[in-house]
Amino acid sequence: MSAIEQRKAEIRRLAETAVDKPATFGPDLDLAAFNAAADQQSVESLASLNKQIKETALEIGFDASEAGRSGSYFQMDRSPIYRKVEEMFDNKLEIMSTEEALVLYPELMYEKYYWRNVAPDKDKYTAQVALNHTEGYFIRVKAGQKIDKPIQACLFVSENNISQNVHSVIILEEGAEANVLTGCTIHPQVREGLHAGISEFYVGKGAKLTFTMIHNWSEDFHVRPRTGVTVEEDGVYVNNYIMLKPVRSLQTFPVARLVGDRSRAVFNSIVYGLDDSYVDIGSETSLEGAGTRSEAIARTVSRDKAVVYSRGRLIGRNNDCKAHLDCRGIVFSEESTQWAIPDLASEGAPGAELSHEAAISPIAAEEIYYLMSRGVPKDDAISMITRGFLDLDIPGLPPALRRQVDKALEETAKESL
Amino acid sequence: MPALQEPQPLLAVEDLHVTVGDHEVLRGIDLVIAEGETHVLLGPNGGGKTTLLNTIVGLPGYRVTQGSITFKGVDLDGLEIDERARLGIGVAFQRPPAVRGIKLRQLIEVAAGDGEHEELLADLIGELSLRKMIDRDVNMGFSGGEMKRSEMAQLIAQSPELTLFDEPESGVDLDNIAVVGRAMNRLLKSERVGKGTRAGLIVTHTGHILEYVNADIGHVLYDGKLACKGNPRDLIGEIGKHGYDKCVECAICQR
Ligand SMILES: Nc1ncnc2c1ncn2[C@@H]1O[C@H](COP(=O)(O)OP(=O)(O)OP(=O)(O)O)[C@@H](O)[C@H]1O
Ligand SMILES: [Mg+2]
Repeated sequence: MSAIEQRKAEIRRLAETAVDKPATFGPDLDLAAFNAAADQQSVESLASLNKQIKETALEIGFDASEAGRSGSYFQMDRSPIYRKVEEMFDNKLEIMSTEEALVLYPELMYEKYYWRNVAPDKDKYTAQVALNHTEGYFIRVKAGQKIDKPIQACLFVSENNISQNVHSVIILEEGAEANVLTGCTIHPQVREGLHAGISEFYVGKGAKLTFTMIHNWSEDFHVRPRTGVTVEEDGVYVNNYIMLKPVRSLQTFPVARLVGDRSRAVFNSIVYGLDDSYVDIGSETSLEGAGTRSEAIARTVSRDKAVVYSRGRLIGRNNDCKAHLDCRGIVFSEESTQWAIPDLASEGAPGAELSHEAAISPIAAEEIYYLMSRGVPKDDAISMITRGFLDLDIPGLPPALRRQVDKALEETAKESL
Repeated sequence: MPALQEPQPLLAVEDLHVTVGDHEVLRGIDLVIAEGETHVLLGPNGGGKTTLLNTIVGLPGYRVTQGSITFKGVDLDGLEIDERARLGIGVAFQRPPAVRGIKLRQLIEVAAGDGEHEELLADLIGELSLRKMIDRDVNMGFSGGEMKRSEMAQLIAQSPELTLFDEPESGVDLDNIAVVGRAMNRLLKSERVGKGTRAGLIVTHTGHILEYVNADIGHVLYDGKLACKGNPRDLIGEIGKHGYDKCVECAICQR
């Protein structure tokens, strides 16, 4: 058996051991309740997508006109229906489906990138993705190439009650830079279903990846992303996560390993928990190289009956490392619950400097009065402050997306009254 | 026809009693500020100066148990803070709160109301040296002087008819007092045609700010009442010599 065949068998075997293994966090789901996704037709151009799909995609930052983008990937259910690299980035950037990459670069994928940052036997959701036909995007930026326009990807669920299994890989070779926007959403008619997404990111020496994910689900939808990132020497990984709409349950806990010296990771998360949403988000950064730095900032607002967990784990494994966690929440309803769970560890690293600020508190009345004293009505003052609270200074957002986030925050803050 | 043209009273406080917590801080304040007048409010620490200002502004926690406050002929009882602000009352707080997520620029813009504010912003940034603060969360980590300059900028944008200044010079160095004083003059002297004449009430301990701002009448808030009325500089001089205790009996008292 070839090395590749052996590895495939190993992935399968590991996954099989985990098919019933519940995740560490979040409510356990019965995967048998979801149907397999059907194939969808490819499209020649994004223009041919129907208007409703285009509009839904635009809400999560995917612009079907492709203006200001260096490349696009669109997946519907389990099928990659569109992908394109703009001509000027032709030899710098590759975008294809993960299945294609496995065919094109089997050694590279199986040896270095496929199921290397996320374990197939982590839990039943990774097993689900490993054992079923899945797609997802493969994005590779060649050494030294700086892709100055964002790459956009949309993972779209068009059918009710399916399990969308996705496995994506992003590779930034040495000195490369890219800004990837991934929006995950569903057709307005879809009510229930599951999105299980594996993301494996490899940030090479001196490379910089800004990854922004916007989620837009619905009241009965379940979401279980699994993300693993490794960052080499002097590399930078910036992770932005935004979710402002209801969801049945969402649990995600991306793990970044700063293996290279002087590598850095930044996590920014904005979550708005609404209705009966159960949201459990967090991140872990493992500081392994010398001079590594990390920062995780989370802002959570909840109302109605929403339950929100905001976790942050920092593990110092090098004497010269420094990391800070900052999570703040506002609970707007007596039926809502929030947990802020900072979690710091120094593993054999006496010099590691790890710190956190965690707070859950209402908007201070005196701040509201202050704005009112300048003539702002009370409701507007509350909405301004809520919006300001969620409005992290997120790097790497293109202006169009910035405007969308602003708009979403605006609407969200208004609804909060 | 009246022989003497009495200036129109802008603010009229009558027999005002205010309780904070279960402590009656103000016990019968009478104060009339007419259009175009600037008054000074003196008094010992904890005497109730901030209480009076905050009560006029309408902050919760200041319970009016007796008396009334009338502004431009409107009884303020029952009006929200923002309604009072839109009626024409502005306040520079003694210690304004920091507001996470709201930039000074935004607050100046909302204070100025609808429309374009490019010019106003440029003017204020220059006049009050706001460059370092304008895009920061308001009052977050601002130094004492920066905080006062930020208050002035918001007020100039708001352009109230009556401005209440709570210790505008405290924590401000000499250079900055001049800047703050200039801003106060701008607030107290109407620039816009048709805006009427502005008025002000300034709380001060030292009177330093009076080097820059002309004030007509001074009051001493003592024992829950306005005990003295007179020329502000004379009052400060007298208090400096004899202390507040002697104030009620002092020679220059006109009340
Ligand atoms: N929120 C509050 N709860 C309880 N007591 C209060 C509150 N606010 C003010 N007070 C009390 O009311 C009294 C008047 O306070 P106030 O701040 O009005 O004084 P002031 O004249 O402005 O003093 P200073 O010159 O020190 O600023 C003080 O005894 C103060 O402790
Ligand atoms: Mg005071």
